[in-house]
Amino acid sequence: MDILSLLVVIPMLTVFILFFVKDMQMVRIIAAAGMFVETIVTFFVTRNYVASRGSGDTSEFLMTKDFTWFESLNIHYFVGVDGIAVAMLLLTAIVLLAGIFISWNIEDLTREFYISLIILGTGVFGFFISLDLFTMFLFYEVAVIPMYLLIGIWGTGPKEYAAMKLTLMLMGASAMLLVAILGIYYFSGQTFNMQEIAHAHMPIVAQRFFFPMAFVGFGVLGALFPFHTWSPDGHASAPTAVSMLHAGVLMKLGTYGAFRVAMYLMPDAANEMSTFFMGLAAIGVIYGAFGAIRQTDLKYINAYSSVSHLGLIFFGMMALNKTAYTGAVLQMISHGLMTAVFFALIGMLYGRTHTRDVRKMGGLLKVLPFIAVVYMIIGMASLGLPGLSGFVAEMHIFVGAFQNPDTIHRIFSILAVSAIVVTAVYILRVVGMMLMGPIKHQEFEDLPKAVWYEKVGALLVLLPVMAIGLAPNWLVSLIQDSLAPIVEQLSHSGY
Amino acid sequence: MNNFLLMRDEFVLLGIILLLLVVEILLTDKDKKNVVGIATGLFALHTAFGFMPLGEGSMFGGSFQTTHLHHNMKNILNVGVLILLLQTWTWARVKWSNRNRLTEFYIILFSTVLGMYYMISAGDFLMFFLGLELASLPVAGLVAFDLAKKRSAEAGVKFILMAGVSSAVMLFGISLIYGITGSIYFTEVAQSFHLTGLSAIALLMFMSGLAFKISLVPFHFWTPDVYEGAPVPVSSFLSVISKAAAVFAMILILFQIGKGMTTVWKPALFWLAILTMTVGNLFALRQKNMKRFLAFSSVAQAGFILMGILAFDEMGLTSVIYFSAIYIFSNLATFGVVQVISLKTGKEQMDDYNGLYRTNPKLALVMLLGLFSLAGIPPVAGFFGKFFLFMSAAAHNYYLLVIIGVINVTISLYYYLLVVRAMFLRKSDKPIAFFKNEWPVQIGLALSVIGILVLGMYSPFYEYILQLASN
Repeated sequence: MDILSLLVVIPMLTVFILFFVKDMQMVRIIAAAGMFVETIVTFFVTRNYVASRGSGDTSEFLMTKDFTWFESLNIHYFVGVDGIAVAMLLLTAIVLLAGIFISWNIEDLTREFYISLIILGTGVFGFFISLDLFTMFLFYEVAVIPMYLLIGIWGTGPKEYAAMKLTLMLMGASAMLLVAILGIYYFSGQTFNMQEIAHAHMPIVAQRFFFPMAFVGFGVLGALFPFHTWSPDGHASAPTAVSMLHAGVLMKLGTYGAFRVAMYLMPDAANEMSTFFMGLAAIGVIYGAFGAIRQTDLKYINAYSSVSHLGLIFFGMMALNKTAYTGAVLQMISHGLMTAVFFALIGMLYGRTHTRDVRKMGGLLKVLPFIAVVYMIIGMASLGLPGLSGFVAEMHIFVGAFQNPDTIHRIFSILAVSAIVVTAVYILRVVGMMLMGPIKHQEFEDLPKAVWYEKVGALLVLLPVMAIGLAPNWLVSLIQDSLAPIVEQLSHSGY
Repeated sequence: MNNFLLMRDEFVLLGIILLLLVVEILLTDKDKKNVVGIATGLFALHTAFGFMPLGEGSMFGGSFQTTHLHHNMKNILNVGVLILLLQTWTWARVKWSNRNRLTEFYIILFSTVLGMYYMISAGDFLMFFLGLELASLPVAGLVAFDLAKKRSAEAGVKFILMAGVSSAVMLFGISLIYGITGSIYFTEVAQSFHLTGLSAIALLMFMSGLAFKISLVPFHFWTPDVYEGAPVPVSSFLSVISKAAAVFAMILILFQIGKGMTTVWKPALFWLAILTMTVGNLFALRQKNMKRFLAFSSVAQAGFILMGILAFDEMGLTSVIYFSAIYIFSNLATFGVVQVISLKTGKEQMDDYNGLYRTNPKLALVMLLGLFSLAGIPPVAGFFGKFFLFMSAAAHNYYLLVIIGVINVTISLYYYLLVVRAMFLRKSDKPIAFFKNEWPVQIGLALSVIGILVLGMYSPFYEYILQLASN
């Protein structure tokens, strides 16, 4: 078996074994072990990838494996990775492993929780390695549907409402995506193979029709304004690990898909409609940031901040040049890590204080030093402090966006840049209210400190944030190597 | 004489029916319980026997025809009926063995299956009509089987009245077709059946009779009431086997006589498909009774099947058969769970399912897989079935239909998730207590789950049907 398929097979095997395990502690250990192996394999994939690129292999996708599935319909199980996919795989592996540790204290239906979580992971891994639209779509839905159970069973607050809203919006989006995929299939000579489709040059009329469908279809999952409404409710109600995975990884399926499927396969329409979608993205950036200012619930703050940061990703993609693309992909990674840590910390805080209202907390730095310090570091990363990953990503995006001298692009860019200030406001406000100052409640004085699995989970994700911030070159070159064909495709379109 | 073997399936089934009559006479009252085992066992043998290869050809001057495609359609039905029989094992033994009406159930059931065989294999309208009647009239007896229950009897009457009217309309259509073409043989009709006003009316009348069997909107009004009133196994039979057989018959006949008339029946089916999907879905949203809920869900599913018929090529034919096979397994899984719970506790409301997973995890999982398959969520088979239906419709540029279809898939997901919500998310003060099913029921449920899990991903199954369909 090839190494990429292992990435799908290992979680499936883990799920299969979990079905037969009765002891709850055993369940946790097996889940953690399975995902640990998964992470190791991901590192191997990365190493292999870097090694073969280093030895001069310039083909677009490496480690490809093609297996005919439905022959008469030309449906293949076709996997392979480029630098962007490798980066996303690394992100997924890290966040998933961290999520397993963070959820160590789940008592109700533990086994089912881990099974759902790992099925979700299977879908995500499968999605990022797929080069066949059918397989990709299949994995996409596999990744989305466990969310319903995860939020509905283990969530908090209005969880039934949030779970249903999220599932219906995402599946509605995937329905739109299905139409787009069928359109792509028939207008590019009956193939689901992405490489073939990219070279088939769909007729512009078809592109105009199916590009918005594909872009918005993925955009909903990426919380593209105005389709973001599921995200605050969903994140607020989801249990910690699910928020982490969802905001950290699952939403990146949306941005990655919009980039890889919608823009890469239908470049002409992407060029034509870039201004419109750039506008939407810019609105999302600002709207999310201002939304976050108004919120008092930590999870809502973070959810709106995600809307803002994901808006930046779409913004970077629609700037249509290499620097901005690099920034967009970097932002996917950076935001995935940052938001995962955020949600992990919020989960730890909530588990101790039993509130997520920032107005009720205060002075937590004195009682929970580890959690508070990590929160501050991540907060700094989120508002783009140099030396942390957020800066690298946002810098690329804005430099890229300003390369386009068009007036309307300039306006959008200035708008989006100004959101950085707003970001600083809501991050510092939370840090000030929650971590600094006097301790507001008596019972907060002897809150238990972070335990080992929480530290492992948080540090697993925090360290890459710092690593990317301090030494971004490795990741940047990994991404930029693979951007060449996409840039080529998008800049040599018919216009 | 050798030719007669082409009717092998029909003969064997007829033999089983007659044998059951003898068994009924021979068994003493005390041993009546064993009829369940005998009938199920015989049918299992018949199903296994059915997979032996059968030749192709026609008999009685073309009244009866069989190809590998026909033969495999019957096999699909057989498997469905077998699973149903296994699932009804406890129901039959507990409920009917001491009332002396057990054998009747099987004889009537097998007669309808025999009728479906003739419907599928028909080479002329007469044979088809006989088959159709044999497949519908006994069903009324099944629907009203629970004589003590008023609703059951009411449902029986409702069914027979509606079936009678629709048969009459269909027969009128057939008589018009005979008047136009001077023949009842499909092959001869096809040659001289061209577009005129009269032939359009004739074809539409004929199709409306079938639409009743498939319960397409607006011919669906009997469905929810009959499903609710009938005993659950019979509802299951109606929604699964009966519907699949009618779909098979419709697509086979349209392929034989419909070529010159596409301008008539394609728009008709197009609108029927949209209506059926949308109305079925919208009505399903508010249902609280599981049987009514599944009734409307099965109405909506029929709308999706029409998309494949509209495609009107090998790919469409394949996707219809493929989807129907998957639909049989998915719906049998959901109906199977509803049935065992209804038998054990008498509960049929959606709220009664609250917290089912915590007490009966296996049943809840079977139900979950069945519902996901109906909703078209990967990696279970329903996803593949629906995807290929959409694909075959898109191949002929029915993008509007595809868009309405996917919107409906999303709507349907909502009400399927309502059941999931009840089973997994909710907790109940009085949950359905844990109970164990008898082993044949377990096998019946397990078979349907295996079907759901395997049929989609196992691509040779699709390729095989395609190969059959392209001949």
